[in-house]
Amino acid sequence: MSVADVVGELRSGMTIGIGGWGSRRKPMALIRAIARSGLTGLTVVSFGGPDVGLLIAAGCVRRVVTGFVSLDSIPLEPHFRRARQEGTVTLTELDEGMLYWGLLAAANRLPFLPMRAGLGSDVPRVGPELRTVRSPYPDGEEFLAVPALPLDAALIHLNRADERGNGRYLGPDPYFDDLFCLAARRRYLSCERVVGTTELVDGGPPQGLLVNRMMVDGVVATPNGAHFTSCVPDYGRDEAFQREYAAAAASPPEWDRFRETYLDGDEAGYQKAVRAR
Amino acid sequence: MSAPTRAEVCVVACAETWRGDGAILAGPMALIPRLGARLAQLTFAPDLVLSDGEAALVHGDAVEGWLPYRAVFQVVASGRRHAMMGASQLDRHGNQNISCIGDWSRPSRQLLGVRGAPGNTVNHVVSYWVPRHSPRIFVERVDMVCGIGYDRAAELGAPANRFHEIRTVVTDLAVLDFATPDRRMRLRSVHPGVTAAEVARATGFPLAAPADVPQTRPPTTEELALIRDRLDPDGLRERELR
Repeated sequence: MSVADVVGELRSGMTIGIGGWGSRRKPMALIRAIARSGLTGLTVVSFGGPDVGLLIAAGCVRRVVTGFVSLDSIPLEPHFRRARQEGTVTLTELDEGMLYWGLLAAANRLPFLPMRAGLGSDVPRVGPELRTVRSPYPDGEEFLAVPALPLDAALIHLNRADERGNGRYLGPDPYFDDLFCLAARRRYLSCERVVGTTELVDGGPPQGLLVNRMMVDGVVATPNGAHFTSCVPDYGRDEAFQREYAAAAASPPEWDRFRETYLDGDEAGYQKAVRAR
Repeated sequence: MSAPTRAEVCVVACAETWRGDGAILAGPMALIPRLGARLAQLTFAPDLVLSDGEAALVHGDAVEGWLPYRAVFQVVASGRRHAMMGASQLDRHGNQNISCIGDWSRPSRQLLGVRGAPGNTVNHVVSYWVPRHSPRIFVERVDMVCGIGYDRAAELGAPANRFHEIRTVVTDLAVLDFATPDRRMRLRSVHPGVTAAEVARATGFPLAAPADVPQTRPPTTEELALIRDRLDPDGLRERELR
């Protein structure tokens, strides 16, 4: 598939889950393409980083479902921060573990999973749709019933994949990318390099094969496609570019300049502009 | 060796929060708590389990295991963890806010989000690190309860509250705990050079305190050497207090 093919299968108003964590291994080439696409009213489910910020800045997002939105080395995502303070996006704020549990429930085709996280806190106050559930066993304990987070589409980025949808991560952490795929109706995998199945399998231990073709509907090669987030060991986070991104987000004229320089063209144009800095 | 700095006193005070915890995961969220956890592991708490902040478990300078993010949630749920989180607001019961300032529906300042605080505080021991003790942080009432305090835990009732424990709050001025009959915040010790009155002025609610407030334990010579020569030779700890 091409990046355009993936975006062509998405619709305004969809609920889209995005893999990675904070400013790590985000499918940014796909995110940049969505930001250019004019899709609107998206619900974004994410352990949030610049994926959430860029989509907000492009006006694509109605609701964010998350436990945080952070650039890691820069604690606060500036676009998300402004959107919250100006009231332009709706937030479903969950404990990070609740987000995990909601994806796990959806992946298991369950309506909810019980959990302690959130009890006693203000998470249920700001999420009045949340319910509790009592254990049917003699302990009778009450838990938060974390609702499933079924996704219309999942977008993830891995280091290597074959054409069929088998994929491998080479870094130290799988994050929740396989769960995002299992929780979604349509699943798209971008990767640094598409290789033959034999090369994929020989490229590391079998347990690094995080997703398989049952879990993936489309594969697209996007070299340097997680930039400026990290995709170790292929590359680390581009801290200088991230600082430029965050500084630009601070004011509309600066952001216009940033957008014109990096985002208004296609992905090849983005990569060229990044190299030309 | 020169006298310990305030930051070094804080490192040791943070280390002390993990004393006696055994083989559980320390979860330090900032540099000074991280130095404290590493110091504890190298000295009086050799069983303490530490992550490198990514997916590796480390003992001293050596990797000893793998703990990706998803496995951390399992550790949280199992209770084998003692995290030391930050706090943008903290009240006398130990309720903590890191989500936003002002009305949640339209905050005047969006902060980190609740992150793992709700789950941490109902599953395992939690302590807090506040590098700038001030009435803006120690408030009458937090705007959004992320980590739950003793009043919320009491309201929750048994058995749901049985894993709740806020152990200590370490700040640049003092060590605080909740060792009072009604579990309200108490001044346990002041750092060298700090008075109880100074701490009271920097706290936005009445703080329980013994008549004679003891002094926070200063670092030993061995601890100072470890902090200065091995754990933080570049002195980054001094910046966290400014």
